[in-house]
Amino acid sequence: MKKIETIIKPFKLEEVKDGLSKIGISGMTVSEVKGFGRQKGHSEIYRGAEYTVDFVPKVKVEVVVDDEMASKAIEVILAQAKTGQIGDGKIFVRSIENAYRIRTGEEGRKAI
Amino acid sequence: MKKMVRRILLLTGVLFMFPLVAWAADEAPTIASNADAIKAVQTHADYVWTLVAAALVFFMQAGFAMVEAGFTRAKNAVNIIMKNLMDFSMGSIFYWAIGFGLMFGATTTGWFGTSGFFLSDFTPGGDPWVLAFWMFQVVFAATAATIVSGAMAERTKFVAYLLYSAVLSALIYPIFGSWAWGGLFNGSGWLEGLGFIDFAGSTVVHSIGGWVALAGAIVLGPRIGKYTKDGKARAIPGHNLPLAALGVFILWLGWFGFNPGSTTAASKDIALIFVNTNIAAAAGAILAMITSWIKFKKPEISMTLNGALAGLVAITAPCATITPLSSVIIGAIAGVLVVLAVLFFDRIKVDDPVGAISVHGVCGAWGTLAAGIFNIGGTSAKIIGVQLIGIGAAFIWAFTTGFILFKLIDATVGIRVSPEEEAEGLDYSEHGARAYPDFQIVSATSAVIGSGGMSKEVWPSILTAPEAH
Repeated sequence: MKKIETIIKPFKLEEVKDGLSKIGISGMTVSEVKGFGRQKGHSEIYRGAEYTVDFVPKVKVEVVVDDEMASKAIEVILAQAKTGQIGDGKIFVRSIENAYRIRTGEEGRKAI
Repeated sequence: MKKMVRRILLLTGVLFMFPLVAWAADEAPTIASNADAIKAVQTHADYVWTLVAAALVFFMQAGFAMVEAGFTRAKNAVNIIMKNLMDFSMGSIFYWAIGFGLMFGATTTGWFGTSGFFLSDFTPGGDPWVLAFWMFQVVFAATAATIVSGAMAERTKFVAYLLYSAVLSALIYPIFGSWAWGGLFNGSGWLEGLGFIDFAGSTVVHSIGGWVALAGAIVLGPRIGKYTKDGKARAIPGHNLPLAALGVFILWLGWFGFNPGSTTAASKDIALIFVNTNIAAAAGAILAMITSWIKFKKPEISMTLNGALAGLVAITAPCATITPLSSVIIGAIAGVLVVLAVLFFDRIKVDDPVGAISVHGVCGAWGTLAAGIFNIGGTSAKIIGVQLIGIGAAFIWAFTTGFILFKLIDATVGIRVSPEEEAEGLDYSEHGARAYPDFQIVSATSAVIGSGGMSKEVWPSILTAPEAH
């Protein structure tokens, strides 16, 4: 099993979710995060004092899939999350040792 | 049975005819009794207008609370609300007990009153006008008190603030008030005797509050992290600008009681005052927006909000004795002044989280001067001179007594919270509460100083201490 962790621009979440569900991935965990890479923050001004906002809001999507599904999922995410502008995000892939479904106690591939 | 009931009803009806006939046969109206009745209608209208206006001015407390909460950080919101609540509550009691008598009591010196404490002018069954007048005056006193809470926000010990609030409502505000307004009731003041014009209180309420606020901000010192080592101001953005805007709108509405209500009479005069009040606020907002647009390349929200208030404060003294065209000019100049004043106080490192000193102190002084310059009956060196005397007397009185008061408070109970308490937020340290329990209000990645951003440069005393969070 592989965990695919992807950081994307917030407004791309709907497209990524729909794209993944079209290839059969129907479960995911989503969190609101902040970060930066090459996309810097921006500066704002308040009562005459300028300050920089370093961290840019992003969305992190995590899905755990069978090894065979992993490359298809990555393809989908790359296609849906891309805008071509700096700050599109990243995808990280990790191996998952095991997984369990809490309701039934199922383990391994049956759990995802 | 039915016949019996009918007979009883008939008898009862006949019996009731007698008092009815007697009542209809009361004295016929005379010219004198008609005149009295007409005067009574005017008197009743005076009561209604004065008390409706008092209710509008009371509602300004909500306005101040929302402006201050919106312009400060979420971790201090409960503390802001408590201070505002207590300004009005304690103000009501101390002004009833002491302040009103000092301000409007009979006087031999022209410097303070000596009667009317604990509303002793009122006896049950007697003329209730003193009650209506007191109600109108207490909401003004509470306005002066709450101006200071904004300038001292986010780092003042709650008990220290309570002590200040009591003394302002009991002594500082009413004594100056007696100089300018004592003659409106039983007293008389040396300043009004000179012909000082301050119709609704640009100086009596707003400048007094503003200069005491200045003293408080100086004695307190700036919030941790507000100024860099080279003296540049860091932004500490407010946590809820829509709330601040709501506050400004509420204040604008309340000012329609503050200014026209100061006639304490239902007369056609209130129309001009309404118009002048509104126009000055609008001009102030527009010019503040333009000034901020030029200076910061973008029209800035907090300055524009301050601009509306600046116009309102400035028009408060002249509103009854100027033309609407003058209101535009007075409000517009206030809008420019307030932006420049905010930048000035930051340059001399007086930290005022909401701009209270700039809005109320500076623009209150401008409005008082403008009352002399734009006086509808014509101006003169003497008129302007008297206005300047009043402006100067207010500054000397309020700043000096305020400074001494805050120094005394600091020497006894301590005026400022510890750096750790300031970092944590006063809601937790002073009140054991959170304003927004459902929300994560402190974010490590927020740009807001002290809501995250625990850099060594900003919080050296905390981060190097062994017990640091």
